[in-house]
Amino acid sequence: MLLKRIISDKLSGVWMLISLTAILLIPLFIIAGLYLKSTPLFNHQDFLRLISSSEWQPHKGNFGFWPFIAGSLYVTIIAFALAAPVCLLAAIYLTQFARSAMMRIMLPVIDILAGLPSVIYGVWGILIVVPFISKILAPAFNINTSGYTIFAGGVVLAVMCIPYMLNMIIEVFNTIPMGLKEASLSLGATFWESIKHVVIRKSYPGIISAFGLGIAKAFGETMAVMMVVGNSVQVKFNPFEAGYPLPALIANNYGEMLSIPLYDSALMFGAFLLLIIILLINLIFRYFIYRTRVH
Amino acid sequence: MKRSKKTEEAVFKILSGFATYSLIVILAFIIIVVFVKGFNALTWEMVVKTPKGGYYYGGEGGVLNAIMGSLYIAFGATIIAIIIGMPSALYLNVYLLRHKKTQNTIRYILDALWGIPSIVYGAFGFTLMLYLGLNASLLAGILTVALLITPIIVRTFDEVLSTIPKGLHEATLALGSTRTEMAFKVMLKQGFSGFITAVLLAFGRGIGDAASVLFTAGYTDLIPVNIDEPAATLPLAIFFQLGSPIPEVRERAYAAGAILTIIILTVSLTARLFSRQYSKSNIN
Repeated sequence: MLLKRIISDKLSGVWMLISLTAILLIPLFIIAGLYLKSTPLFNHQDFLRLISSSEWQPHKGNFGFWPFIAGSLYVTIIAFALAAPVCLLAAIYLTQFARSAMMRIMLPVIDILAGLPSVIYGVWGILIVVPFISKILAPAFNINTSGYTIFAGGVVLAVMCIPYMLNMIIEVFNTIPMGLKEASLSLGATFWESIKHVVIRKSYPGIISAFGLGIAKAFGETMAVMMVVGNSVQVKFNPFEAGYPLPALIANNYGEMLSIPLYDSALMFGAFLLLIIILLINLIFRYFIYRTRVH
Repeated sequence: MKRSKKTEEAVFKILSGFATYSLIVILAFIIIVVFVKGFNALTWEMVVKTPKGGYYYGGEGGVLNAIMGSLYIAFGATIIAIIIGMPSALYLNVYLLRHKKTQNTIRYILDALWGIPSIVYGAFGFTLMLYLGLNASLLAGILTVALLITPIIVRTFDEVLSTIPKGLHEATLALGSTRTEMAFKVMLKQGFSGFITAVLLAFGRGIGDAASVLFTAGYTDLIPVNIDEPAATLPLAIFFQLGSPIPEVRERAYAAGAILTIIILTVSLTARLFSRQYSKSNIN
């Protein structure tokens, strides 16, 4: 009986340890795998030219990633500019102004919004955002467009990022001790002044981290953006032009990548680049969060 | 002076309230759009038939191939993720209980893993597939999605396990149980609601994700019979068929969208119910 217990203890201990080690090795495998796959491209062109050149002619062996990086950045910036104020205000309302019943209603709403698959957001984008831009918004600026634009990508992405960032900001606000705000109130500050000068200032690192992680998420989002952004290789400043973010490049070209030399390697380099950027942002801001939690 | 303070407060109260309510409106808007479009297209034929004459050009038939493919992939991946993820979370909370630093480092890595976009998992799954000599198939899709959702299971389950009070660990060990018994008979039971929530969350993510199966699972009009056959999935059914020039095919995409949304809503509401019901019977 005792022997059986000890053996089962040892066996399951090994099982647990192996599983955990396997999971922790996943990132290393992904980095190594994608890096190895993209080495042929490194031998062909140097890294700096790869990311700064905007010549994209796979048939001639020219792989310039700048249009895609710029497209990703542009979409992300628009999404962030739209989503960040909404998140911050909603988080303030839910944690400071609203009654707790409101929070109970909103938590499932946030959950469901966060859980909807990105293609569903894409369908919504195609049905609503794209026609809205081509029929109402763009004509207001005297621009003629199909609606499949960087701006459409930004709007869809903003809606997708809101639940993600909002959740984190609410969590940050909940860690601020009630006593701090009460002290500020008792010193004669108004409710809003206490929020502005105490709650927000105190949760500054957390808010920045939430924003950073939201940006990372927006940067890597694929399907929804790809469905509405137009996907043409160009670097334009006008948000009512089509763009071509990095994830869309990878997802769009998997079919033909094996027929053109170095093309598969280029797409894997795209994935590698995306992974490194997002992993770095994640590690930096999560480190921020962990530091603030320890204190 | 006093007046401007008051106005500022009032303005921000209204603004922030507006931001909050607009979220409810947006959610309702998205779901109504998807459902109105979807239910117009959704007939019994859509659910029980596979597409006829090619998914892109043939207007007949339904999306059964994608429903079955998605369920196979999501179930397969969830099972693999449970086999690896559940013991990992338990190890983290039983064996590493006294090593706070290691625990936090591991959580940090897992959180970062959670943040990796699914297209990267898809690309990695593709290289893995070539390396193992597989074709785009059910198996490759399951493996890739499993990679994607395992960190979710571990972190969500771990989050619940870490709230179990320390006294319970001490009591268990003091009664002479081994650490395995502590893990499976006490921790798993106490954190069972978290476990179910984690599994459902991972399942929902797995069934809704398109970018990871794009390279790896392929697409077909048939329901896969073997694990090495390609499989259609609901998100890809939406994505591919929405681009078709034929209206009947686009209808199929909307129907698939409604079906996927219903599945996701069911999963997420079930997860909510579970976590509420089980947390009542817990000690903490």
